[in-house]
Amino acid sequence: MAFAYTPGLRVASHTVVRKERRLPLAGETLVTAGDSVTADTIVATTDLPGNVKMLNIANIMGLPPGDIHELLHVEEGEAIEENHVLGQTRGFFGLFKNTVRSPIEGTFESYNKITGQAVLREPPIPVAIDAYLRGTITEVIENEGVIVESYATFVQGIFGVGGETRGELKVITSGPEDELTEDLIDESCRGKVLLGGSFVSNTTLNRAIKIGVKAIIVGGFDDKDLKEFLGYELGVAITGHEKKGITLVLTEGFGRMTMANETFKLLKSREGLLASVNGATQIRAGVMRPEVVIPVDKTEIEKSSDKSAGAMDIGSHVRCIRAPYFGKLGTVEALPAELQVLDSEANVRVLDVKFDNGEVVTVPRANVELIEE
Amino acid sequence: MASKEITRIMATDCGSTTTKAILIEKKDGEYRLIRRGEAPTTVEAPAEDVTKGVLNAVGEIEDLELRKFLKSGEDGVQVSPDSADGVDIYMSTSSAGGGLQMTVAGVVKSMTGASAQRAALGAGAIVMDVVASNDGRLPHEKVADIRRLRPDMILLSGGIDGGTIDHVVELAEIVRAADPKPRFGVGYKLPVIYAGNKDATEAVKNELGEQVELKIVDNLRPVLERENLGPARDIIHDIFMEHVMAQAPGYTKLMNWAGHYVDGKWKQVPIMPTPGAVGKLIETVAKNEKIEVMGVDIGGATTDVFSVFGREGETVFNRTVSANLGMSYSVSNVFASAGYDNVMRWVPFHMDEADLRNRIRNKMIRPTTIPQMLKELIVEQAIAREALRLALVQHKELATGLKGVAQERTIGDAFEQTQSGATLVNMMTLDLLIGSGGVLSHAPRRSQAALMVIDAFLPEGVTMLAVDSIFMMPQLGVLSEVLPEAATEVFDKDCLIRLGTCVAPAGVNRKAAVLAEVRITKQDGSSTDLRIEPGKMHVEPLAAGEKVNAFITPVKNLDVGNGPGNEWTGELEGGVVGLIFDGRGRPFVLPEDDSERIEKLQAWSEALDIYPERFMDLEGGE
Repeated sequence: MAFAYTPGLRVASHTVVRKERRLPLAGETLVTAGDSVTADTIVATTDLPGNVKMLNIANIMGLPPGDIHELLHVEEGEAIEENHVLGQTRGFFGLFKNTVRSPIEGTFESYNKITGQAVLREPPIPVAIDAYLRGTITEVIENEGVIVESYATFVQGIFGVGGETRGELKVITSGPEDELTEDLIDESCRGKVLLGGSFVSNTTLNRAIKIGVKAIIVGGFDDKDLKEFLGYELGVAITGHEKKGITLVLTEGFGRMTMANETFKLLKSREGLLASVNGATQIRAGVMRPEVVIPVDKTEIEKSSDKSAGAMDIGSHVRCIRAPYFGKLGTVEALPAELQVLDSEANVRVLDVKFDNGEVVTVPRANVELIEE
Repeated sequence: MASKEITRIMATDCGSTTTKAILIEKKDGEYRLIRRGEAPTTVEAPAEDVTKGVLNAVGEIEDLELRKFLKSGEDGVQVSPDSADGVDIYMSTSSAGGGLQMTVAGVVKSMTGASAQRAALGAGAIVMDVVASNDGRLPHEKVADIRRLRPDMILLSGGIDGGTIDHVVELAEIVRAADPKPRFGVGYKLPVIYAGNKDATEAVKNELGEQVELKIVDNLRPVLERENLGPARDIIHDIFMEHVMAQAPGYTKLMNWAGHYVDGKWKQVPIMPTPGAVGKLIETVAKNEKIEVMGVDIGGATTDVFSVFGREGETVFNRTVSANLGMSYSVSNVFASAGYDNVMRWVPFHMDEADLRNRIRNKMIRPTTIPQMLKELIVEQAIAREALRLALVQHKELATGLKGVAQERTIGDAFEQTQSGATLVNMMTLDLLIGSGGVLSHAPRRSQAALMVIDAFLPEGVTMLAVDSIFMMPQLGVLSEVLPEAATEVFDKDCLIRLGTCVAPAGVNRKAAVLAEVRITKQDGSSTDLRIEPGKMHVEPLAAGEKVNAFITPVKNLDVGNGPGNEWTGELEGGVVGLIFDGRGRPFVLPEDDSERIEKLQAWSEALDIYPERFMDLEGGE
């Protein structure tokens, strides 16, 4: 086999980014194919059904469920106000009537003759979806959403926290190996997406939130800081819904990790442009990684790789992703077919990697990732 | 039959982390494993197509066998009975795509709710939530939870036949109000299976008929005393194939690849959920050998435990899945659930907590990596012990007798009251414990797997330990559907590696200097006398397939299978590790004192020869 597939994160200087902007439920699309949009343009809206309140009217009235229907004062589907009378018993000679009132404003959705249960629904919750990226609408999915296409710089991170946000990209450390420290964050960072180097601490992150920084892109972060930052121990890696007031994107992993030089260089070259950032990560099947998308003008010729997605070959650029060479970059020297014995005594498929200093080491194939150009 | 006999089989298992391929061939009249290959699973970008991992894994077999198994243009596995290239049949199992995620509902949580849960688990699902009339949540909270979890399908049960209708309809009402949308695909309705009180069927149809894809099957608990889980399990399998798998990246292609020619016509072989396939195999072993079996499959995202308990007459099969206990995707959750101290108690050196936390997180975000250094392997095996231990706790909780069943008691029972709903898991009567999954099957030394399962499961009395040699039980499970004799043959000869018999006295006798005296007599008549000493482990070499007669005399209060203080006589079978005498006690407690604990861990590791000698000098840090 001439190559092996291996997982890898995308880092592209110029590429076409397509984003599906889909409503959670069917609704209305507000743009048409060919429209130019900014990141803030609202492209689709809908109303989510309101929360449900169940009310057992039969129990409240103290009557069998089958006897209630004729005592109801509302029709199914009727709009109701809070304290609206839903039903009333006949009482004795017109006295001692038992009245059931609505605890909420909304709609009287249904009454079930078997259980005596009424379903009341709160008013719909309006939802609006924006374009997230500056670009062009290339497709409208009737009643569901749109596809936005943008010519952009695209960087995938390995782990993130917080949802979609955007802001002007500002480079804050002088190099990929420097830590993004608290003292580097000042008033000029308000509303910006900050590019740091190797590490950010929880203290710095909190300072950034105070100042009003939109997002931080950095090499590494400590897991103990993550716990402090979130306020709980993250068990299963599903993130993106946190409301911490900032979005964090890690490009390398946990611990102090120099950001891959080419990632840093590329992002640095985009300083001052509007970056759309999403920290949402789902590390399980149907994996989702955090991303930084920076729409650029289509002046340069698109660089495309003729390697098929994820194919690793001799000469491919790789990053070691496990101890003892974690974070080191190099090129593939050899892809031997035979299994080899490691220090742990495991007998596995390996490859030889040549580091920039000329050193050649053998690592399991599973312990490298491809750096896509 | 006009069709050519199947002699070359390719089977893959697409796990959440790794895709494994095996090549089986019939040579000299018997089916044997010829080669295996593996590659990272490719549901993730950039590939986002599960078939890439399949091509890669099969490609590895091509490389090693120097033969062609893939179609030109890498358009699938070549199934061509008339050609020297390719195979006669290709089949696959899968747990990638998050597996099958379900919400189940029943009237009483511990009765029909538990039965519904067992039906879903038995079919290979991950049960995300059990909704019940008495689960303590308010109706709107149940509605919110169903919406939030977005299950692949819902199993609605409740009421024995002729029992409550109101409560069942109430559950249907909640499902209707939630109006859940499936995880994949906007265009189709969520499948809901109704397997409850048959008298409530019409009312459930009225409530849900138009809104969801409603399937009606026989009640899974028709009377309190009996479960009827088969029909619900079968339909879960069907829906899994039709709706769920078809939506995951690359699966439609994979489904078309899997199959063989019967009388010249192409016949597809359905893709089975991995746990369903493993469960089928464990059940077959228990049935064929008439023994109590427990199997554990520790994967990247989940850990499954299977058990068959009960001997004469009725045996009960149970499967549980611990959805968030696994060695890669879920590794951080094992750490969060077990806690730092519980993981580190198995590690014979000190490590900085912050450093350890970062290492575990890095494994989670890059789940396909493997430990290159011995120290990392030791830490990973420590985490595995905790994942296995927690999975067993969950299994014990669910593998119970039917709750709500009135029991007739004799006067004798008054002194030994067992509750209805007590766990069926009995580590003392268990005959065979099988471990499977990467961390056990691929442990560099088999003795490592043996000690991991002993430490985590703490078998009592006399128990045979085995491990799935190269993690191929899923493929053999699906093979057993098509070609049972091939599956059985390969399972016996190539899959099941017998590690040896573990003898562990259970009970408390603090004063005893010796827990049991053992006399073993070999087939040639020679005898050896041994002592099981407190706090110690000892291995007596005895090769796989060899047997000895044993006479075990435990001291007062200690039990090896025949009751406290009673002698045990029988055969002990060897294995690649040998006979393991475990005097560490049941209940098992590790010393509190750090240096004492490390000393003990080192002594046990030495007794079983689980690590190279240099491990004694390992220290924290890289």
